[in-house]
Amino acid sequence: MSRMNEQQVFLIDGRDVPFAPGQTVMQAALDAGVYIPHLCFHPQFKPHGSCKLCTVKVNGRPATSCTLPVAAGMEIESETAELKDKRRMLLQMLFVEGNHFCPSCEKSGNCKLQALAYDLGMMSPHYDHFFPDRPVDATHPEILLDFNRCILCELCVRASGEVDRKNVFALSGRGITKHLIVNSESGRLGDTDMSTTDMAMSVCPVGVILKKRVGFAVPVGQRKYDTIPISEQFGDAPNAVLEQTR
Amino acid sequence: MNAPARKLRVATTSLAGCFGCHMSFLDIDERILKLLELIEFDRSPLTDIKHCGPCDLGIIEGGVCNAENVHVLREFRANCKILVAIGACAVNGGLPAQRNHLDLRDILEEVYHTSPGLAPGSQIPNDPELPLPLDKVYPIHEVVKIDYFLPGCPPSGDAIWKFLTDLIAGRTPHLSHEMMHYD
Ligand code: SF4
Ligand code: SF4
Ligand code: FES
Repeated sequence: MSRMNEQQVFLIDGRDVPFAPGQTVMQAALDAGVYIPHLCFHPQFKPHGSCKLCTVKVNGRPATSCTLPVAAGMEIESETAELKDKRRMLLQMLFVEGNHFCPSCEKSGNCKLQALAYDLGMMSPHYDHFFPDRPVDATHPEILLDFNRCILCELCVRASGEVDRKNVFALSGRGITKHLIVNSESGRLGDTDMSTTDMAMSVCPVGVILKKRVGFAVPVGQRKYDTIPISEQFGDAPNAVLEQTR
Repeated sequence: MNAPARKLRVATTSLAGCFGCHMSFLDIDERILKLLELIEFDRSPLTDIKHCGPCDLGIIEGGVCNAENVHVLREFRANCKILVAIGACAVNGGLPAQRNHLDLRDILEEVYHTSPGLAPGSQIPNDPELPLPLDKVYPIHEVVKIDYFLPGCPPSGDAIWKFLTDLIAGRTPHLSHEMMHYD
C-alpha cells in the first residue's frame, strides 16, 4: 500500500486517477469511481478481454482497459464520441448475433447488455440479424438456460470453475460456431450438480442463467436499470468476496 | 413550438405488429389536439386512407412477415421523406420473429394440420387473397432504409410525444434514460 503522498496518477479523459501498482486501467478507474463500460470484466475474476466494450485509447492507440496495466502518466481517452460509436457498434453486433427479444426476457431491466445499450443510445441493432437456432435447456428443476442471449463472456465458466468448483460450463467451438456447453454426459443442466446458490447463478450479465418461477416478479419501473443508468451504478461485487477466492 | 408554414403530412401503419404502438401513440391523450395543429394524417389506421401519398413522415409499427408487408413498406419508403421504425417488432422483428429459427412449413403444418383439436380435414389456408408468409420475419431496416428508430414494446406515449415533437421541430430525436427501453 502506498501512502497518499506517494500515490501515482494517470489520466482518464484529462482527469487525474490514482492507482496502486499492478492495477489495470479498469480496476483503477472503477476504484476511483470512473465508469468504463464493460461486460466480460468482473472484479472478482482475472480479466477475459473478449467483449472489447472497455476499449479505450492509450496514448492514441486502442486497448482493452480490463487487461491494460496502468503506468504512471498514461493518458487514456474513454468517453470520446469516437469510442462511444465503436462501443455502440460492438453492442449492435452482440445483439444481432444472438436472439435478444427483450420484451419476453426475464432479465430485462436488470441486464447489463441492455443497460449499456441504453446508455450508449443504441436506437437500433443496425445490422442484419443472424436469428440463430439455439434451443433452451429446461432440464434442471430450478434453473433455465436460455442460450439465445449468451454473449460468451465466460463469467459463468469462471465462477463455476474457480468459485463453485463444479465446472458446470464451458465454451466449445470456434469463431461464429463458438457456444456455451454444459459439462455433463448428456450435455444437460439437469444432469449436473448446479444449484441456485452457486455463484454461477448470479454472474451472467445477460438473461441466460435464470432461476425458474421468479421471472417478471419485479414490476417495470423498479428494476435495476429502469431509472438509473448503468454508468451511475456500477459497483459489481464487494471486494470482500475478492479476498475469499484468492 | 411554433406551427410550421404548412402542416406536415404523416402516414402510419402496422405491419407484423399488434397495434400496441398505435395504442400507445393514442396515450399522448389530449396532446393529439396540439399535434393536429402541426400535422395531418395521410394513410393510417386513424384515417382509413388505403394508400400512402407523398408525406413528410412515415411511422411503421411491426416487422415484415409476409409479401403484403413488403409492398406496404416499399410504398411508405417511396412516399415518405422520413421513415421511422416504432416499437420492438419494427426494430428487430419482435415477438413474431421468434418463429425465425423454425421452418415455415413445419409451423404451418403443425398449426393448421397436425396439432390436436383441429376440425377434421383442416388444411393450411391457401386462399389467393391471403398474403404469402415469408421464410422469416424481418426487422424493417433489413428491407428498406429507415431514418430513425424508436424502440420500446411499446414506447410510452411520452416517449412518442418527445420523439415526434423533436422531429417536427427539426431536432434529432432524443430520449431520456427513462424513456429509453426495449421492453
Ligand atoms: S439478455 Fe438483455 S439484451 Fe438480451 S433479450 Fe434479455 S434483456 Fe434484452
Ligand atoms: S451464460 Fe452468461 S455468463 Fe455464461 S458465457 Fe453466456 S453470457 Fe457469459
Ligand atoms: S470488459 Fe474488457 S474486454 Fe470485456
